Order: sequence, then C-alpha cells, then structure tokens
Amino acid sequence: MPTIELKNIGNHVFSNLNMKVFDGELLVVLGPNGAGKTTLLNIITGLVSYEGTVLFDGVPVDKTATNERQIGYLFQNLALFPHLDVASNVGYSLKIRGKKKEEIAQEVDELLKLMKIEHLKHRYPKNLSGGEKQRVALARALATSPKVLLLDEPFNSLDSGMCKCLRRKIRQIQREMGITTVFVTHNLTDAEEMGDRIVALNSGKIKQVTSKMFNDATATDNGNHSQSFQDCLHCTIDCYCKGTEEDYESADSPACRM
Amino acid sequence: MKIKSVLVGILPVIVFVIIWECIAQLNLVPKYIFPSFSAVMIEFYHLAVSGVLLDNLLSSLFRVLAGFLLGSAAGIVVGIGMGSKEFVNKSFHPIFSLLYPIPVLGWAPLLMVWIGINELLPVALIFLCSFFPVLYNTITGIKGVDREVIKAARTLGASDTKILTTVVLPLAIPNIFTGLRLEAGMAWRVVIAAEMVAIPTGIGALMIRSESLLRMDVIIVCLMVLSVMCLTFERFFQFVERRITKGWGSISAQNSWNFEQTMKSEK
Repeated sequence: MPTIELKNIGNHVFSNLNMKVFDGELLVVLGPNGAGKTTLLNIITGLVSYEGTVLFDGVPVDKTATNERQIGYLFQNLALFPHLDVASNVGYSLKIRGKKKEEIAQEVDELLKLMKIEHLKHRYPKNLSGGEKQRVALARALATSPKVLLLDEPFNSLDSGMCKCLRRKIRQIQREMGITTVFVTHNLTDAEEMGDRIVALNSGKIKQVTSKMFNDATATDNGNHSQSFQDCLHCTIDCYCKGTEEDYESADSPACRM
Repeated sequence: MKIKSVLVGILPVIVFVIIWECIAQLNLVPKYIFPSFSAVMIEFYHLAVSGVLLDNLLSSLFRVLAGFLLGSAAGIVVGIGMGSKEFVNKSFHPIFSLLYPIPVLGWAPLLMVWIGINELLPVALIFLCSFFPVLYNTITGIKGVDREVIKAARTLGASDTKILTTVVLPLAIPNIFTGLRLEAGMAWRVVIAAEMVAIPTGIGALMIRSESLLRMDVIIVCLMVLSVMCLTFERFFQFVERRITKGWGSISAQNSWNFEQTMKSEK
C-alpha cells in the first residue's frame, strides 16, 4: 500500500501544507468544523483543485483522474446510491469495471459477510438504519480493493454503542488489509482509539502530530521520543480544544511538536 | 377501507351524473342544446358501434404518439446535454428561453404555411408542446442529483459516461417522468385544437363537424373520450415511474409535495 505525501499544497483552505501518511498506517486528522479536514481528503482524491503535489509512493498523481487513483472514500453523508439496493451499491465498482456477474456476486457476498450485513442484501438505502448504512458504505469503499482508504467523519450520526462497534470493525479491517488510511474526525474518542498517528488541524494548518509509532513514543522534530503517547495525545487534544493558534503554541510541549 | 376510498372517489361522479340527468329531463333547455346523460350514452354506443369514434380516435392517437414520442425523445436528449455539460447549457439556454414562452398554438399559422395542412402539422405542434417541458424537467432532474453521490461514483472508478448512465440519469428519472406525465395530457389538448382548426379527421374534427350540426351529444361524447385519454396517458406514465422507482423511496417521496402532510407538520 502506498505512502502518501502532500508537498506544498495550496488552495482556498491550505497554504503550503506538507504532510505524509505512511504505508499501512491509520492517520487520524482531528479538527473542528471548517478546519479543512474534508478538503484534505478531497485533495488526496483529486476531487478539488490545488497547487502543489500529491505523491503515492513517490509518484505524483496530480494528473491521475480520481477514478484511477484506487481510493476507497467513505463520505461524511455516506452518499449511497438511493436507486440501487445494498448488493448493487457494494458491487457498483466491480460492475463498472466489467467484472462477470458471478464474480461480482461472490465478491459482494464476501464483503457483506465481512461487514455482517448479508441479510440486508436486497434492501434499498432508505430502509437501512444509520449503522447499517455505514457498513454498506464501508463495504462499497472496500469493494474497489483500494490502496488508500479515506474516512470522513463516518460516525457522526451514530450512537456510542454503534460507534464503538464500527471503530473496532474498521480498525480490524484496516490492520488485516494493511490499507493506508486517513480518518477525519472532530471526535476525541474516535481519534484516541483509532489513530496510529493523530494530526491536529485548524484553519488549514497542522498544529500538532502525535504518534503511537516508535514504541509508543511521540515523534518530535529533533528525533527525541521522550514523551509517552498518552501525554502527547493530551497535548494534541488540548490544542484541538483550545482552538486558536496562540493557544496551540502555548499548550503543547516542545516534545510534541513536529 | 379500500371499498370506502373507492366510494369516496365515485360518489361525487354519481351525484354529478344524477343532477345532470335531472336538469336535462326538466326540459328547461332544448335537448339539442343540453342533452341528458342517457342521451349522450346512447350516442356513445351508436358512435362506437358504427366505428366513427374509433376511426377518429385512432387518427388522433397516431398524431399524439408520433409528436409526443419525437418531442419527448428530443427533449430528453437535449436536456441530458444541457444538464450535464455547462457549455451546451450556456449555448442553448438563451434560444430556448426565448422560444419556450410562445404558446404552442401560436406556432400554428406559421407551421400551416411552412408544413402545409397535412398529417405533419399536428405532429409538429405536439412535438413543440412536448419538447420544452420535458427538456426543462430533464435539466432540472440532472442538475438536482446530489453532488456527493456523483463524487462517490467517481471515487469508485466510474468515468463521466458511466456516471451519467448509471447514476445521474436513473436519479433524474422522477423529474423526467414529471415532464412526460404533464405533457402526455397536454398533447391531447393540442391535437384536438389542431384538428379543430386545420385537419379534417380526428376527435377534434369530429367535434367541430358536430358543432355545425348542433350535435351537442356527439361533442360531449368526444369530450369524455378526450378526458379518458388524457387521464390514461398521465396514469400510464405515473405507473411506469412508480414501477421504476419502486423502493428508492426518498427521491420520489421528497420530490412530491403533499398538502395534507405539510399542513400536519406545520401544526
């Protein structure tokens, strides 16, 4: 799975943004509404225009069309096709790639089984609960066999029990498949439970990066990993909660900066 | 419950017919001016058995089908182009905006000279009648498709053409069918008008001949046939739309406006 690099990205939200998502990691982008989280995902997908370069494994993909980037994207509002039943929604990407009916049926069945929604196969989106819709949308995103998975606040409309269940499911699938994943949220619990690394984003700028990597230590700008992940996570959360740039500067410890 | 709802629908019609029959039997107005319902039904039988009604109906039906199918097909094709490509929309929008407000029968004198008084005249008028509403409903349907759904299709690997055929057009169907449904009835009104003015065959021509002979019973039979045909066409498209969008729920339900539900929610 590719390492994603964003170099000198600029548009109406970002100015000279640089960031990296490592091969197979789950990066959480944490930020308030209007921070630029969805725009960040849209840049990786190529759905919005931008300046700068997006690289997958060091290869620029700026000129690669969205439909050729091999990305699985779970939209904030899920964007299920209302005119297709669950099986057709999940099998959509397979059908347009010209796969045979039997193959599509088999792969769809496997994905529905993985998401534990086999019984919903012939239902239309309007007849699904919030949690069921999330699972269908995730199955649909995974059907493309994506190299990159982008999740845009997928648990927004769900109760805490369903959130917990889906958080585990997504984490499990992501680890098993080793898909490079960017998970966007404004929910601290989601960020804490799911992220290998957490990036705090506000007003189009990265304010803080916290990492579980390197033996549960925090990546710093000088290479020291002196602070525990939990401590640094709280710095990131403080940064996120306080909101202004000045607050970020004063709230975080130097060890947490990147 | 079902019987009750059917009765609620039929009862006013029965009451109307009884009042009509009673007034006609009072002989307040000469029967050739205001025939009774029973006299109209007897005339309907005679026209049907003699084949006069069927011949004229088939003439009108052919014109309606030809004009409506051609006009709707053209409206859908141009609507798809204008709805999906902005430069096509910008190119055609000004000319269509100028032509759309012209009443269809306003074209009749011009078309009589250009085309002549023949079978093509009502077909051309119905073409114009069907084209514009279907065109604008198709554009509205396409432009109304949720952008997120289109983005989702794109991330799932669909090309522009695939997105149009597999997502945009199916989701625009409720709007397209609204245009078809409304114009299906309108096409019948136009063909009757064209036949009254220029064509010697068809239901409209039968009506205008009956008027000169003071045969109000025949005129009323024609009006009844016209009403049934308009209703049948509208209901046909409603049926097809429901069959296609069955299960989608949200799209057609959201697009349809229910006065009763709106009032309840406001309360």
